[in-house]
Amino acid sequence: MARIDVTVDGLRYVDDVEPRLLLVHYLRERLGKVGTPIGCDTSNCGACTVSMDGVTVKSCSVLAVQADGAQITTIEGLARDGEQHPVQRAFNQHHALQCGYCTPGMIMASVDLLKNNPSPTDQEIREGLEGNLCRCTGYQNIVRAVSSAAETLRVGGESA
Amino acid sequence: MTETAEGTAGLIGQPLPRKEDARLITGQTRWTDNIVLPGLLHLAILRSPIAHARITGVDVSAARELPGVIAAYTGADLAAELGALPCAWPVTPDMVHPDHHPLAVDEVRHVGEAVAVVVARDRYTAADALESIEVDYEPLPVVTDMLEAVKDEALVHSDKGTNTSFVWPFEGGDYEAAKARADVVVARRYIQQRLIANAMEPRSVVVEPIAAAGEFTVYSATQIPHILRLMLALTTGIPEQKLRVVAPDVGGGFGSKLDVYAEEVIALVVARKLGRPIKWTASRSECYQTTVHGRDQIQDLEIAATRDGRILGLSVDLKADMGAYLQLVTPGVPLLGAFMFNSIYKMEGYRFRCAGVFTNKVPTDAYRGAGRPEATFGIERIITELAAELGMDPMEIRRKNWITHEEFPYTTIAGLTYDSGNYEAATDRAMELFDYQALRAEQESRRQSGDRVQLGIGISTFTEMCGLAPSRVLGSLAYGAGGWEAASIRMLPSGKVEVVTGSSPHGQGHVTSWSQIAADALGVPFEDIQVIHGDTKSSPMGMDTYGSRSLVVGGVAVHLAAGKVIDKARRVAAHLLEAAEGDVDFADGVFSVKGSPDARRSIQEVALATFAAHDFPEGMEPTLNSEVVLDPENFSFPHGTHLCAVDVDTETGATSIRRYVAVDDVGKVVNPLIVEGQVHGGLAQGIAQALYEEAVYDTEGNLQSGTMADYMLPAASDFPEFVTDRTETPATSNPLGVKGVGEAGTIASTPAVVNAVVDALRHLGVNDVRMPCSPERVWRAINAATGQSSDKAGA
Repeated sequence: MARIDVTVDGLRYVDDVEPRLLLVHYLRERLGKVGTPIGCDTSNCGACTVSMDGVTVKSCSVLAVQADGAQITTIEGLARDGEQHPVQRAFNQHHALQCGYCTPGMIMASVDLLKNNPSPTDQEIREGLEGNLCRCTGYQNIVRAVSSAAETLRVGGESA
Repeated sequence: MTETAEGTAGLIGQPLPRKEDARLITGQTRWTDNIVLPGLLHLAILRSPIAHARITGVDVSAARELPGVIAAYTGADLAAELGALPCAWPVTPDMVHPDHHPLAVDEVRHVGEAVAVVVARDRYTAADALESIEVDYEPLPVVTDMLEAVKDEALVHSDKGTNTSFVWPFEGGDYEAAKARADVVVARRYIQQRLIANAMEPRSVVVEPIAAAGEFTVYSATQIPHILRLMLALTTGIPEQKLRVVAPDVGGGFGSKLDVYAEEVIALVVARKLGRPIKWTASRSECYQTTVHGRDQIQDLEIAATRDGRILGLSVDLKADMGAYLQLVTPGVPLLGAFMFNSIYKMEGYRFRCAGVFTNKVPTDAYRGAGRPEATFGIERIITELAAELGMDPMEIRRKNWITHEEFPYTTIAGLTYDSGNYEAATDRAMELFDYQALRAEQESRRQSGDRVQLGIGISTFTEMCGLAPSRVLGSLAYGAGGWEAASIRMLPSGKVEVVTGSSPHGQGHVTSWSQIAADALGVPFEDIQVIHGDTKSSPMGMDTYGSRSLVVGGVAVHLAAGKVIDKARRVAAHLLEAAEGDVDFADGVFSVKGSPDARRSIQEVALATFAAHDFPEGMEPTLNSEVVLDPENFSFPHGTHLCAVDVDTETGATSIRRYVAVDDVGKVVNPLIVEGQVHGGLAQGIAQALYEEAVYDTEGNLQSGTMADYMLPAASDFPEFVTDRTETPATSNPLGVKGVGEAGTIASTPAVVNAVVDALRHLGVNDVRMPCSPERVWRAINAATGQSSDKAGA
């Protein structure tokens, strides 16, 4: 067992974990953060994407012990002061989700994409989200949503 | 939009953002794997690494000794309790239907088949314990190729003496007579490769027993909670009334969760044995080896026509790969094609024959479109080849043969009556959006100049049969259930509304669409509707969600149930207003007396008065609730025209979709936002079959594309921006005029894309490229046709 000290969605946790425990299992099974789902076992799908110290990671490909000392934001901690993030709102407005299973990872990846490129072209959005798979939407409305959220963020001066 | 959203009528047709999304975009979800219960144990399954073998020994004793392990079982340990997995579609009386043990007892027949189970306190311990199990296998001959399998040399089920499960013939008109009159006959073999559905949520099941009462709640990532409840009762002997099945949030299905799976039965039986809650969740790689696959057909087609391009007849000879066992509707899937190969075309002779063939692979079953994409691909490919043979434009030959809009209703050569359609209108709109003539001109100029990148144009004018289905028709096809759907509406005392549906959504947006239908009819605010689904306790009757049936059957049932509520409420309102029932009008949620505009009662006021029941019509029960079980009178027949332009690099074989136009006619639309989303997603899956995806087995029966890293699941950058539009020819067989949209994009797009790829290369002598049209396959096809290599076309 190894001791980790980690902040998840604004709350600090100190836990003893097996060295082999995946971050996504720590989030889901120890902390009850089940908003972050698991879609594959080869780090292809991106459903489990979270933000770790400001960088998106696939939480199935990170060990819980590697998150020691880190600040983690999951889909459950993305809203601020009860207000959904503009990317979350855009996903609803543009029907960018159907079953919703890929959505937490897709939103987290999109937030990160817009942080690095506030004015992406549609092609840049498509390439930027290559690490996140969706089986329902054909991606078109996801591209629309991210593009629209980019505009909201630029106009409103909100930070991603 | 704001006005309608606040509750006046006219909600049908509005692009309202979905109610479902609030939870899904914030992570407040209820996936099956999220469920945690006191004392929950984790189940893990040891699977066969060998495609066909006799099991000569299984030793779980070492696993049982490990700390944290509660139990471990072999197939023999549980055989008496597990029963056999059901197949509900015995397509012929003499169908070969082998026993399908949830846990193999003495033989395994595909890689991934369950051999032993471990139950432990946590999932890591359970996974570790699998490694302590010893299994002795004695390898048996493996057959993975249908053409080999039909020779019956290596048998998948040696006791059956054959690998052919059934042969199902069907005729409409006299094909041989039609062929005898033909000027031209084109024969082709097309291969529908095996696909993997890849719903993003892996399968998962949680069983909660109440041991003393003999009651069980099964939570499962399933499309079919109602059917599953019945099948689990029949399989395990647990009385149906003691079983509750819940489909919580379900992350996609595409047909792959339209099944009764080994793990559902195993988890239930183990929970009964141990009296403890059990969870099993598949890893993605486990899904690849255990969740039903789709397609996998060899199609031998023949089309006979006159010199001027009139189709006289069509002959279809299919071999459909069943895999190693028959799952819930495995044998029926290819047979749906019998009614769809003739598609929108008129002809005099039609012959269909399908053989179901066992191989040592994962069983096939429904995958988005189920039998209809395969049929649409076959006819849309071969009619294009016929046009090429005759030197006709591929659109011209379609126009010459399709049912014209004046001819509806039209009974096809396969015996279905298409109630409505307008192929001319959809095609005209698609041609306009696509700029067909300009692209043809560009194609010609690129051919002339010998451009390295050639342009191809592909057409698909398709229809499908949706709204499964009139029960009597399903009965005539030997399907084990009916095709009805249930809906009930409960008017609450405060005037709010609960809509209970037997449809079981897993991404389709039924909560939103059903709210629109009910709010539109009842004249109550959209926000006041709560849709309840996916739990046999709260929605006790249902036939569930598949086959683009939910709106056409389940949604229409909601509409009809609302009508019954209004009928009851009108009687109460008339009593309260002291008017004759015939003098009471209903509009926008308000009852009013003809000629007395001030004499009014809102439906909410009527609901409260009904709850109180102080002053009520004589002999009437104090409830406005209603229930409808709708058995549809016909299928519905969405149709459309899809056009695809593809650039093909003749040196590398790389393809790139330059323009994709989809004009679909799905009848009346409840929510255009949702309909467009369904089309987009369908297009992506159909295009993926054409260009990217294939489940590949080696000759030893190993699934080489057995992980998400090996199976080419497309990302956003693999698709173009789609151009979509609609024409609207209402269905006449239901009061909403709706037809269904879930599968249209998938059915239409695969042949549109392949037709485009072949069209780009036709002047080089290429007349087919086998799917998926990967750069390698395209390159080999070009080289074979131009004699630059000895490789065969489509290799």
